[in-house]
Amino acid sequence: MTSRDIILGRVRRALGTPGDPDPEASYEQAVDRSYLREHGTRTTEQTVDLLAGNLADYRAIVHRTDREELPLLLMRLLASSGARTVLVPPALPPGWLAAAHPVRVADRAGSTAADLDEADAVVTGCAVAIAETGTIVLDGGPDQGRRRITLVPDHHICVVRVPDQVVSSVPRALERLDPARPLTWISGPSATSDIELDRVEGVHGPRTLEVVLVTGAD
Amino acid sequence: MSGTFVGMPAFPKAAHEAVGNTTLRANLRHATHTIRDKRAKAVAELDDWARLREAGKQIKDHTLRHLDHYLVRLEEAVTTAGGTVHWAADADEANRIVTGLVKETGESEVVKVKSMATQEIGLNEALEAAGIRAYETDLAELIVQLGKDRPSHILVPAIHRNRGEIRDIFEREMGPWGRPAPEHLTDAPAELAEAARLHLREKFLRAKVGVSGANFMVAETGTLVVVESEGNGRMCLTLPETLISVVGIEKIVPTWRDLEVFLQTLPRSSTAERMNPYTSMWTGTTDGDGPDTFHLVLLDNGRTDTLADDVGRQALRCIRCSACLNVCPVYERAGGHAYGSVYPGPIGAILSPQLRGTASAIDASLPYASSLCGACYEVCPVAIDIPEVLVHLRERVVQGGEFTRHGAKVTLKPARGHAAERAAMRAAGMVFGRPGLLRAGQRLAARTRRVHPRTLPGPGRAWSATRDLPKVPGESFRDWWQRTGGGQEGEA
Ligand code: SF4
Repeated sequence: MTSRDIILGRVRRALGTPGDPDPEASYEQAVDRSYLREHGTRTTEQTVDLLAGNLADYRAIVHRTDREELPLLLMRLLASSGARTVLVPPALPPGWLAAAHPVRVADRAGSTAADLDEADAVVTGCAVAIAETGTIVLDGGPDQGRRRITLVPDHHICVVRVPDQVVSSVPRALERLDPARPLTWISGPSATSDIELDRVEGVHGPRTLEVVLVTGAD
Repeated sequence: MSGTFVGMPAFPKAAHEAVGNTTLRANLRHATHTIRDKRAKAVAELDDWARLREAGKQIKDHTLRHLDHYLVRLEEAVTTAGGTVHWAADADEANRIVTGLVKETGESEVVKVKSMATQEIGLNEALEAAGIRAYETDLAELIVQLGKDRPSHILVPAIHRNRGEIRDIFEREMGPWGRPAPEHLTDAPAELAEAARLHLREKFLRAKVGVSGANFMVAETGTLVVVESEGNGRMCLTLPETLISVVGIEKIVPTWRDLEVFLQTLPRSSTAERMNPYTSMWTGTTDGDGPDTFHLVLLDNGRTDTLADDVGRQALRCIRCSACLNVCPVYERAGGHAYGSVYPGPIGAILSPQLRGTASAIDASLPYASSLCGACYEVCPVAIDIPEVLVHLRERVVQGGEFTRHGAKVTLKPARGHAAERAAMRAAGMVFGRPGLLRAGQRLAARTRRVHPRTLPGPGRAWSATRDLPKVPGESFRDWWQRTGGGQEGEA
């Protein structure tokens, strides 16, 4: 007997009477989903404001701009952090970094983690942003790249297209996301409270997270 | 379970020693009170909390009721997505599987993200015995590992260490493990975190094998979820070529949509945040992004025995948020180590004896490590009635009876040396023996607090004799909760 058989056999004996042959059919009734899809009612503008507030509350640095000003803002953010190199996902809209000075580094299949460690910053888009929790979600789309490029560099600038990419709540975000893609949910820079519960920002992930809320972007 | 804790003294003795340690007590008190107040505020932000909690309970109950079905479904989904699924009936088998998988890669070190399941099975020790070094990468786990220590809290395993002790451990122990601590290290938390960042970074960047647990596994999609704060999880899940995840079979949820409940209740219950800094979700392997080999080891190790107990099985709903630890008057005074298990606090008091049986002195005494005040039940985001299970397990210890061990029915004899407990159980049977009456009992206890003795009679004496009894609050937690709407009045 394989361990698989042993475990499944133990489960069936533990449960006693033979179970429902198709539990998924009865699942709908098994759970009361009367909890809220989102908390409170807001205009689109208020939802974006809430996102900005909650991002800042967890120590992300939030900027607001429009399509025309975006390249200049990104140039300034990179300049003020002193970045000499910036990692670029495969299909970042070309205009975004049009004014930026740092050397652009493409993430190649052969790039090792140590190579990525040389880059000072990374600029990406996102898949969705959640207002109630102050979260941005990356799904590895072409303007975000693979997971490691937003992990190893110490400075992550994430551009959120508002209002299209902003949802109110966690349930609304899950509706939009594809579980087949690798997903990274980010709520503020990495943090630890392991030392006497004092919150310290910036452990292993990027120590600086800047979120740019941009209107009218392509 | 892990050999780490074998030979632990029974709870009353261990608790007595812990209570005498004033540093430990002060650290714990500060920590648990800080988190508990913050948690109440985070929970109060959601006016549908009670409904989310109920939905979480129902999702888990349904899954457990049909666990065989969902395990097979999960296996299919993970396999289709490019992963390989292994089944481990006990700790030894899980350790053998993982050790074999690491050896196949030809590597002699792995990076690990905090996982209770791998602590439970003693994986680090098993790997060490096979010549493989496992590096813990969670800051608290690093402190514990470098300090040659045991974790004492689910979420903050080094909660018993203060900053001065941590600085000393880093200065002394980092060198032998890799990059030494920076010179002139002070005890400022930011500096200590920076020392850990530098120490671990070289390990992340060269790691070829990562080992993790998971908070959730989605049966319909094969998605695994890891919830974390520091980014060490992302490092371990993304940079290595091979990822091995060891996960208890109870961590399944049926559908993708179910995450909408737990991703709201878990962060608020555990770190008291609207959302934790990082959550990673992956489904099998993805071309060119992350590990190209993924192994999932499904762990039983006493879980099916727990499932066989109608009352006790609710412990398998646990999502390891640690809220119950932070409100527990016994945990606050005794500390995590007294529980002699990787699962401390109220959840440990009901989970460890079920996973391991009640044969040892520590496991037989764990169901008594509680004053049955009910605060743990009130905060539990999946509504586990811990007092009910405690009373049930006490009956098992005292009266004996039938239960399941390694998949087979066994009859437990009434425990010797528990004669006093037996008598006390009979006397207390009216209230404690019948869970339905428990709630009324708690309220009664609060209302009659002025006549309460300083030590508990019968089963309670074993631990209450070692320290001052917590004062019974002027109103029960349950009453207070209702009056204040879940602490919205706030104490912080
Ligand atoms: S028993 Fe409940 S409160 Fe305690 S850790 Fe588990 S889920 Fe959290």
